[in-house]
Amino acid sequence: MTHYWFALWGIVFRELFRFVKQKERFLSALVRPLVWLFVFAAGFRAALGIAIIPPYDTYILYEVYITPGLIGMIQLFNGMQSSLSMVYDREMGSMRILLVSPLPRWFLLTSKLLAGVFVSILQVYVFLMIAWFYDIQPPIEGYLWVLPVLILTGLMLGALGLLLSAFIKQLENFAGVMNFVIFPMFFMSSALYPLWKLQESSQVLHLIAKYNPFTQAVEFIRFALYGQLNQEAGLATLLAFVVFLMIAIIGYNPSKGMMKRKGR
Amino acid sequence: MKLKDILVASLFCYSAISSAETVFVTLEKDNAIAVVDPVEGKLLKTVEVGQRPRGIALSSDQQKLYIATSDDDAVIVVDVNTLKVVAKLPSGEDPETFALNSDGTKMYVSNEDDNQVTVINLIDHKAEKTVGVGVEPEGIAVSPNDEWIVSASETTNMVHWIDAKTLAIKANTLVDPRPRALSFTADGKQLWVTSEMNSSTMVIDVATKEIIKTIKFAIPAVGQEKVQPVGVVIDALQNWAYVALGPANRVAVINAKTYEVEKYLLVGARVWNLAFSPTQERLYTTNGVSHDISLIDTKNHKVTKSIAVGRYPWGLVVKK
Repeated sequence: MTHYWFALWGIVFRELFRFVKQKERFLSALVRPLVWLFVFAAGFRAALGIAIIPPYDTYILYEVYITPGLIGMIQLFNGMQSSLSMVYDREMGSMRILLVSPLPRWFLLTSKLLAGVFVSILQVYVFLMIAWFYDIQPPIEGYLWVLPVLILTGLMLGALGLLLSAFIKQLENFAGVMNFVIFPMFFMSSALYPLWKLQESSQVLHLIAKYNPFTQAVEFIRFALYGQLNQEAGLATLLAFVVFLMIAIIGYNPSKGMMKRKGR
Repeated sequence: MKLKDILVASLFCYSAISSAETVFVTLEKDNAIAVVDPVEGKLLKTVEVGQRPRGIALSSDQQKLYIATSDDDAVIVVDVNTLKVVAKLPSGEDPETFALNSDGTKMYVSNEDDNQVTVINLIDHKAEKTVGVGVEPEGIAVSPNDEWIVSASETTNMVHWIDAKTLAIKANTLVDPRPRALSFTADGKQLWVTSEMNSSTMVIDVATKEIIKTIKFAIPAVGQEKVQPVGVVIDALQNWAYVALGPANRVAVINAKTYEVEKYLLVGARVWNLAFSPTQERLYTTNGVSHDISLIDTKNHKVTKSIAVGRYPWGLVVKK
C-alpha cells in the first residue's frame, strides 16, 4: 500500500513543483480570470437585467454572477494544461517511465488528475481571495462547501484534459484544443450568462449549454459557494467525470487505445 | 451534539429572535397592503385597503396603520391586528405623504395638487387647518422636539419651515431641484433633504436653516440621469445615512459624520422608500418596478434578500 502513496505523492509533488517553478504559469492562470472579472464584467454590468435566480436571494452585479464561471474557467484551463503536460511528458519520454511502473494504469492516471486538481484549487482560492477585496463576498461557509465540489469539478475537467491528451499527437496541436474545446465549452455555458438569458436568444444554444458538462460544473460550484447543494449538477458532473476517465483509461491502454495507434 | 445539530439549533434560534417584526408595504397598483415576514422572506398576506395607497405610518402605540389612499382623497386608519379599515381622515385632495408628531396626536398631510399642508387632529379625526406652501409639496417631516413641521415643494424647490405652534411659515430654504423626501437626525440638529433632479442630498443645519453640505451621487457604469434620490433615513446613532436612488436601483450608504458616500448597494428596480427594523439592524427598501422589497444588513452593508410583495410597492413601515 505504501508504494501507492509514494507514487501518488511523487506525482502530486512533481506537478506542484513544476507549477511553483513556473511563476509565469501561476501568474497567467490568475491574470486570465482577473482580466475577465475587472475588465469584461465592468463593461457588461447591466447585461444581466433584472431577475433573481437561485442560489441568489437578491439582485447581484454581473461580476458576482460570473465569479463561479471564472472559477470553472481556472479549472478548465488547468485541466487542459495538464493535458498539455501529458503530451509534453509523452514527447519527452517521462510518460513511459510513469506508465511502466508496476502500479495499475487507472491509479497512475487518477493520481496525475488529482495532482492537477490540487494545483487548480490553489489557484481558485487565491482568485477568490482577490475577488473578496473586489466586494465579491459569498458567505464564509461557502468557501468551505465549495472545496469538495472543486475536487469533483476539477477531476471532471482534468479527466476531459486527460482524454484529449490521448488524442493529441503533438504539442503543437494544443491550439486546436483551445479552438475546439475550451472556447466552445466556456462560451456555450452558464459561465457568462444565465441559461434563461440564452433561452431568450436561441433555443438551440440554450439546449447545448444546458447539457454542456462545463455548465453543470459551474452551477455545482455556484450553488456550493452560496451554501447550497445542486444535486442535479453534482450528479451530472460525477457522470461526466466517470465517462471521461473511462475513455481516457482506454485511450492510454497500449494494447487497445490511442497509444497503440500512435505507435505505428 | 453534532456540528450539524448545533448549526440547525443556532439557525432556529436566530429566526425565532429575528422574525418578531412585520413589514407593511403599500402597493400602489394593487390598491392593497402587503404583510411580510421579512426574515423568513415570506409574503404573509395581501389586504385591499383603497385606491392607490402610498404613504404609510404606524401610530405611536403600534396598534393603528395610517395609509394615504391617494385616489380616494383620504388617509385611512387600519387596525393592525384585524387589518380592517376603522376610520377615514379628512386629508384633503390626493394625499401622498404625511408625518405624525411625537405623541401621535397630530398628522400633517401634503396635498400636492392644492399646494397646501392639511393639519389633522388624530383624537377627534378632524381637519384643523390648512397651511399654504409652495407648488407641489411632497416630502414632509416633524422635528423630534415637535417644534418644526418641514414641507418640501417639488416645483418651488424649497423647504418650508412651519412653526408647529402657530402653523405659520417662519423660514424657507432654497434647495436643489425637485426635493422629494426629508428626514431629521435623531438629535434634531440636522435635516437631510433629497433632490431628485440634481442627484444630490443636502444636509441643512436646523438652527440656521442653511445648507451645510451637499452630497452628490455618481455611480460607476450607471447613467447620471438615472440617479434620482428619493427616500432618506439616518440611523439613531447618526453614524450612517441611507438614500434610495430611484431608477439607479441602488441605495447610497453615507458616512453621516464625514458625509462621504461609502458604498452603493444594488437593490430592485426604482427604489423609492426606506425603513429601519426596530433595532436598526436591517433596512428595508421598496422597489417599485421590480415589485419587491430588499433587505439590507446595516452592520455589514450588504443586501441579503429581496422578497416579491405585489405591484408597485411604494411605502413601508415596520412593526415590532
